[in-house]
Amino acid sequence: MAPRAPSADDAGRSAGDGRLSENIVYFARALRAAGLPVGPGSILDALAAVKAAGVGTREDFYWTLHAGFVKRREHSILFEQAFRLFFRRRDVLDHMMAAMLPEAEPEAPEPPRAGAQRVAEALLGGRDEPQPPKPDEVEVDARLTVSDSEVLRRKDFAQMSALEIAQAREAIKRLVLPIDEVRTRRLRSSPHGRQVDLRRTLRASMKAGGALIDLQKLAPRTRPPPIVALVDISGSMSQYTRLFLHFLHAITDARRRVHTFLFGTRLTNVTRALQHKDPDEALEACSASVDDWSGGTRIGTSLHLFNRLWSRRVLGQGAVVLLITDGLERDPDERLAFEMDRLHRSCRRLIWLNPLLRFDGFEAKAKGIRTMLPHVDELRAIHNLDSMSELVRALSADGGRSNEARAWLKRVA
Amino acid sequence: MTKVAAVPGSIDDTLKLLTGADYVADRPLATVLFLALKMGRPLFLEGEAGVGKTEIAKVLSATLGRRLIRLQCYEGLDVSSAVYEWNYASQMIAIRLAEAEGVVDRDRLTGDIFSDRFLIRRPLLEALQPDPAGAPVLLIDELDRADEAFEAFLLEVLADNQVTIPELGTVKAPVPPIVIITSNRTREIHDALKRRCLYHWVGYPDAHRELAIVRAKVPGIGRLLSEQVVGFVQMLRQEDLFKAPGVAETLDWASALSELDVKALDPAKVSDTLGVLLKYQDDIVRIDSGKAAQMIGELKSELKSR
Repeated sequence: MAPRAPSADDAGRSAGDGRLSENIVYFARALRAAGLPVGPGSILDALAAVKAAGVGTREDFYWTLHAGFVKRREHSILFEQAFRLFFRRRDVLDHMMAAMLPEAEPEAPEPPRAGAQRVAEALLGGRDEPQPPKPDEVEVDARLTVSDSEVLRRKDFAQMSALEIAQAREAIKRLVLPIDEVRTRRLRSSPHGRQVDLRRTLRASMKAGGALIDLQKLAPRTRPPPIVALVDISGSMSQYTRLFLHFLHAITDARRRVHTFLFGTRLTNVTRALQHKDPDEALEACSASVDDWSGGTRIGTSLHLFNRLWSRRVLGQGAVVLLITDGLERDPDERLAFEMDRLHRSCRRLIWLNPLLRFDGFEAKAKGIRTMLPHVDELRAIHNLDSMSELVRALSADGGRSNEARAWLKRVA
Repeated sequence: MTKVAAVPGSIDDTLKLLTGADYVADRPLATVLFLALKMGRPLFLEGEAGVGKTEIAKVLSATLGRRLIRLQCYEGLDVSSAVYEWNYASQMIAIRLAEAEGVVDRDRLTGDIFSDRFLIRRPLLEALQPDPAGAPVLLIDELDRADEAFEAFLLEVLADNQVTIPELGTVKAPVPPIVIITSNRTREIHDALKRRCLYHWVGYPDAHRELAIVRAKVPGIGRLLSEQVVGFVQMLRQEDLFKAPGVAETLDWASALSELDVKALDPAKVSDTLGVLLKYQDDIVRIDSGKAAQMIGELKSELKSR
């Protein structure tokens, strides 16, 4: 990031330069408060970018700062809102362009747009002067339609005890998922390998003065495949949800490449929330980001959304999908079958965890279950599910043929 | 330094440069590209397949007269095929020759064996070599296809324009190459790598820009047909499709229709050639001839009212 020598037009502005950089630093702080991961590196980037491009029109200035601060597509919208609020008054920016900048004063709020609330809070939150009471904000998730059955409820999780956490860690350590190791195309040194590692061979032989050439071998490396968990959080599953989330938090902690999605009537990606080290914090973040706890279920719609928006982003590299649901769909139709089929085709293995099925007296009469069964590789029924270790045992155990979806289907027939 | 094509000096110049090579860019893209060139930083382009990410690197290399070095990523890509490798066969022979000559000095032999002479340069190292035509354009294509482990190899190159070879030392580029990284976002790239780059999301173009692209890239196309093609594709992108057509598909379709001597869209022609635009069977089923006819009807009335 070597800054270039200042060009001729910089010289004229050097007096005001200080204010400009100061304001960019303030702006960066506001961005950070709004949730963008803006470090000192990005600020230096942005300053260098503004220096390189000069301050031309408002649009150029916008995209110049954008290049410095935004590193993910999702942040683009937050950036836009922050920019709009921070440089709201036209004359502010004009002044800035003249490099004589007054402090940007926010004005009365405009109708909120996506991300506006967070940014506004971040920008205005730290100020001392009293804020006018905010009008009731209506948050609308534009991606999804809301049905009559949707119950918007926030759910608080009880704190997890220290003992529980310790037990969970132990249990997770022992967890071996079915097909837990996938061969990659990367190699590691191994005495039993089949491929010759010429580089190591030569270096070893150099140690001995080149007299001996002792072949060193390579074998393919294996690693756990990515896991994508789709968790049903509808009313009928509510007693298990907390357990599953703890479980997913623990595996997110233990291995990389775990993506978690919650669905009831909407689909929410909570992967980032689960990356908090502290389980309570993670679950708190999780429950804050979800609006449809314990409502109805629309499995077909949720799967459709997942397939369309996320499957190509997270199902690469041989991912295993854990579908955690009871399969009690309100109106199972061809669409559900179609989306299940697509999901099945896009992943390496589709494992359905169904806490409602029991080995004894299994009755999969519900139409949703019968629609979904043909499209899963494996069905794991989990009985007596009241602790994490039970869950881990159920997942680790190799149930042989009895876990295969076909065996279950036969029983249904 | 010898005379090299200068990098553009302003955002407007960048835009002009791209337009001159038939690449119709919008201003945000020109801005970030200009900054990447000016600040000597890698440019990370993310976006759906077929929106012209790779094309930027090609256009840059052509217009600036720089060499294009392309590294196509795939799973399992490692140092020996991306950065450098030793020429083991020659090394073996050298060892045997040294033996025959009776060289016993182990240090000298090691120094001889791991020297520049036996080094095979792969794209990343190649891009750091001085070039009389100016620093080359290094295109790291579809980085999301490589596994996470590979990203770590890139960090040193991207941050400091250098590669460290344990046996030989550090190779540093005299002039940093122009680095363009593309990703289709089939997985998230690690933040550590993104931090070292300027990031830009390349989206689908609006109707106006797409029309300009079609007319620039398919010279023989009629005025009416090009408007209809672009209008139809823009409408398709509003539909609930698994994979919306990219600009590349629009261009393919426009050339296909142009080759078939079509003057204006009609439902039958659309159905016959839909496979050029849509690459998933259920998307094709969704846009059946009835739906296509309806869309064309809407499109025609819209174009007429304009």
